[in-house]
Amino acid sequence: MSMISLKIDGQLVEVESGTTILEAAKKINVNIPTLCHHEDLCVAGNCRVCVVEVKGRERLEASCSTPAPEGMEIWTNTARVRNARQDIVSLLVSEHNTQCTTCYRNTNCELQNLAAEYNVDGNRYLSVLKPGIKVDTSSWSIEKDDSKCIRCQRCVRTCAELQHVNALTASHKGKDMKISTFLDLPFNEVVCTNCGQCVNRCPTGALTERRYFNQVWEAIGDPTKHVVMNTAPSVRVALGEMLGYEVGHRVTGKMVTAMRKMGADSVLDTDFAADLTIIEEGNELLTRLKKVLVDKDQSVKLPMITSCSPGWVKFIEHMFPNHLGHLSTCKSPQQMFGTLSKTYYAEQKGIDPKDIVSVAIMPCAAKKYEANRPEMNDSGYRDIDAGLTTREFGLMIKQAGLDFKNLPDGAFDSIMGESTGAGVIFGATGGVMEAALRTAYAVVTGRSVPFENLNITAVRGTDGIREASIKVENCLPEWSFLEGVVLNVGVAHGLKNARIIMDQIAAGTSKYHFIEVMACPGGCIGGGGQPIPTNAEIRAKRTAAIYEEDMGKPIRMSHENPEIVKIYEEYLHEPLGHKSHKLLHTHYTPRNRY
Amino acid sequence: MANNNKLRKVDIIFSAYPGNPYDILKNAIQRGKNEIIDDLIESGLRGRGGAGFLTGYKWRFMAQQKETEKYVICNADEGEPGTFKDRKLLVEVPRRVITGMAIAAYVTDSKYGVIYLRAEYAYLIADLQKEIDIFQEAAKKIGLDFTIEIFRGAGAYVCGEETALIESMEGKRGEPRNKPPYPIQSGYLGKPTLVNNVETFASAAMVCRFGAETYKSYGTDDQHGSKLFSISGDSPKEGVHELELGMKISDFVQEFGDGDTKAVQVGGVAGFCIPRKNFETSIIGEGNTTGGATMIFNSTRSMYNVLHNYLEFFAEESCGQCTPCRIGTQQLLKGIEAVKSGEKPESYLQDLIKLSRTMKVTSKCGLGQSVTNSFVSIVENFKEEMIY
Repeated sequence: MSMISLKIDGQLVEVESGTTILEAAKKINVNIPTLCHHEDLCVAGNCRVCVVEVKGRERLEASCSTPAPEGMEIWTNTARVRNARQDIVSLLVSEHNTQCTTCYRNTNCELQNLAAEYNVDGNRYLSVLKPGIKVDTSSWSIEKDDSKCIRCQRCVRTCAELQHVNALTASHKGKDMKISTFLDLPFNEVVCTNCGQCVNRCPTGALTERRYFNQVWEAIGDPTKHVVMNTAPSVRVALGEMLGYEVGHRVTGKMVTAMRKMGADSVLDTDFAADLTIIEEGNELLTRLKKVLVDKDQSVKLPMITSCSPGWVKFIEHMFPNHLGHLSTCKSPQQMFGTLSKTYYAEQKGIDPKDIVSVAIMPCAAKKYEANRPEMNDSGYRDIDAGLTTREFGLMIKQAGLDFKNLPDGAFDSIMGESTGAGVIFGATGGVMEAALRTAYAVVTGRSVPFENLNITAVRGTDGIREASIKVENCLPEWSFLEGVVLNVGVAHGLKNARIIMDQIAAGTSKYHFIEVMACPGGCIGGGGQPIPTNAEIRAKRTAAIYEEDMGKPIRMSHENPEIVKIYEEYLHEPLGHKSHKLLHTHYTPRNRY
Repeated sequence: MANNNKLRKVDIIFSAYPGNPYDILKNAIQRGKNEIIDDLIESGLRGRGGAGFLTGYKWRFMAQQKETEKYVICNADEGEPGTFKDRKLLVEVPRRVITGMAIAAYVTDSKYGVIYLRAEYAYLIADLQKEIDIFQEAAKKIGLDFTIEIFRGAGAYVCGEETALIESMEGKRGEPRNKPPYPIQSGYLGKPTLVNNVETFASAAMVCRFGAETYKSYGTDDQHGSKLFSISGDSPKEGVHELELGMKISDFVQEFGDGDTKAVQVGGVAGFCIPRKNFETSIIGEGNTTGGATMIFNSTRSMYNVLHNYLEFFAEESCGQCTPCRIGTQQLLKGIEAVKSGEKPESYLQDLIKLSRTMKVTSKCGLGQSVTNSFVSIVENFKEEMIY
């Protein structure tokens, strides 16, 4: 790459040829406002708020989409530029539902910020907001309010580029141009995985998760109800962002105290269920390997693929309905937790399960859909009564008036509150794989995985698809069929990469035995229910926090979790046993691609 | 040379051709590629779609592209309101259009050609295809490896913009791309792509037929050659007329008006509206666009209604992707309605003019950038009609 130099606001800057004006300006800390730009996505150049003046040109150029011109002078703060930006923001406001005070994204809205910055007069132009726009609340996970849409198409690009789902697309033209689902059908009738990545990248309140927190407050206020809350591993490394902490700050102890102060009757940990998932899924893998390698059973599918991520599960149901046999039958940790909260927990505590309200706090939008799947009632009740996002949870903490930063650290209740480092790393891409390998290797060989500090770094990282091979040696006698076998494992995150993995399986060329797939880029730390904004740097900091949390745990392999040992002794008896099958495993539904 | 801005009718582009079909092509490719390009540059031929870029330069850039896969596209998405000259060319002299494309293909080493045909011109397909078949036979004999196909547009005005046209050909939503890269660098399927208007190709063939010197002898020092004008509105002589470039509007009105002409819209709705008081001082082809759509309005016409009609069109035909064009067009439309009804004061017209200028400098493509032309020229010249 050749270097070019140019002047921005009088300051000389050298950049690689092809760098946009926006990137060049960032390099010398010149701030240019943007709306349609998002660093995870391709350039759009739609909103035009990033226009700058290139000396000698009459037109202003969109800095996000214009390559920095060699030897040119760029001015980012002239009267022409400011006037143009103010006009453009005013136009967007004139098309917008400006009921900001009642908007879920109030105080965290990019349009609102720019309108404030440019002191936009809301009456400058006439309103061209279409009357009678209805909010689409048909989905259990995502709400779409076109009256707040600025047509930046970040959601469209997210769904197409990162997720290969294309649930959203630009439709119509001119004044009628809008973001539509297929045939403008309600969200619950189109192919959508509910991953919520669009929500994470929406600059305004046009796309939000469907909120259930009022139902949770109601249950908390009802003395006849016993409210059990559980929080996923990645919530504790992101929640702080909503409550005044730097990105990547772990708030586990304060989070536990907050739930208790909010009025939860029991504060438990999804990580416990994650550890349980590892036992069930690890054993399922070993059983499948035996059936294939020893029994030559053709009906058993390899590679086996994880099923923790409900966005991914819905994706494979739609896109690869003929390959559902590859999915592990294990429920996700959320749903295992939910079922056990109304069976095992209820029994142990002597509470009538009908009075238990099980609330899951998740980094996820798809978990809401999962909780509402019709089959998820193996406890005899709705296994999970409400799924909340990290964002809703942060809002509840604010509503409760808690001085979060000064709360004392608390510890999870028992039972179902104990977890290991293996359960924690479920929150980052590659974590389920690493946790499963830690346990499966130990079960098969009686020894720990041969990696320093149990850290299987090959499956960590941010590459879309990663892989590792582990040779199984010196097995315990009952696993002798695995002696010398090289286990190939793969990890994919983001549904774009999941599709690559599945295309290989469909073509019969997959080399893996076991694959972890997470719907969201970065895994759950980048989930559709996490604090907004998201970008690679934020995801990296949350991931680092997850691995810190793992290293800080005294126990780091799921099968050594004493509460896991106990639940098998007292209740489940054995992995993949009768009770496990009834409570912890599920089935999948082939769906259409349209 | 310069014709002192007199109106002169000429007969070049439709003039009878005594030789065999495709002799022009045959003769052209016996000459060097560079010579043809030099000739085109010398002739001063500018793009006839409206933007007016020098055709010879465009072809030279295309010829310099190193890729082996290149495309020559004939833009027949004639969607500018008031334009209908491309249709006449395709009906009456399709071979000249095809000849122009083939010469372009020859000098730029392109093997694939596409005629992007306006959706409403679908009825031309059968005849056009016959002509293409005849051409393919002729090309084989001449030894030119160039295949032409017809692609039907889907009806969006913005697809006349070359990058939106290419998006549409790729099966995508017809939206203009960010430029650079320009189609010459990365166009259809990411390959170098030359997009020219129907008339540009036919005119290029005429330059090859008559030579640069002869072609250049028509027109003015700035605007060479002849141009087809689609004349409509309050004119007893509606239709397509070939005229030398560079005539005074007053002469034009004298020839084509009905004696009561109040304004002339030059260059389609994306062009300028010239009021009677400026007829003497305005020259067609100087400072206004060269698409050739001229609409004549007489004193019975309300210029408010004219502008309202234009703005409804723009608000409908903006692709909608960029803010200034999508919302700006709606604001201009609603704005003049509000001034008319008294909801907004007269002074609001100034705010709207300012807005239209923002649209000009910030919109992504020519559509949003050119709305200001007709808007400002009508509002400023017919202010009373906007208010009362």
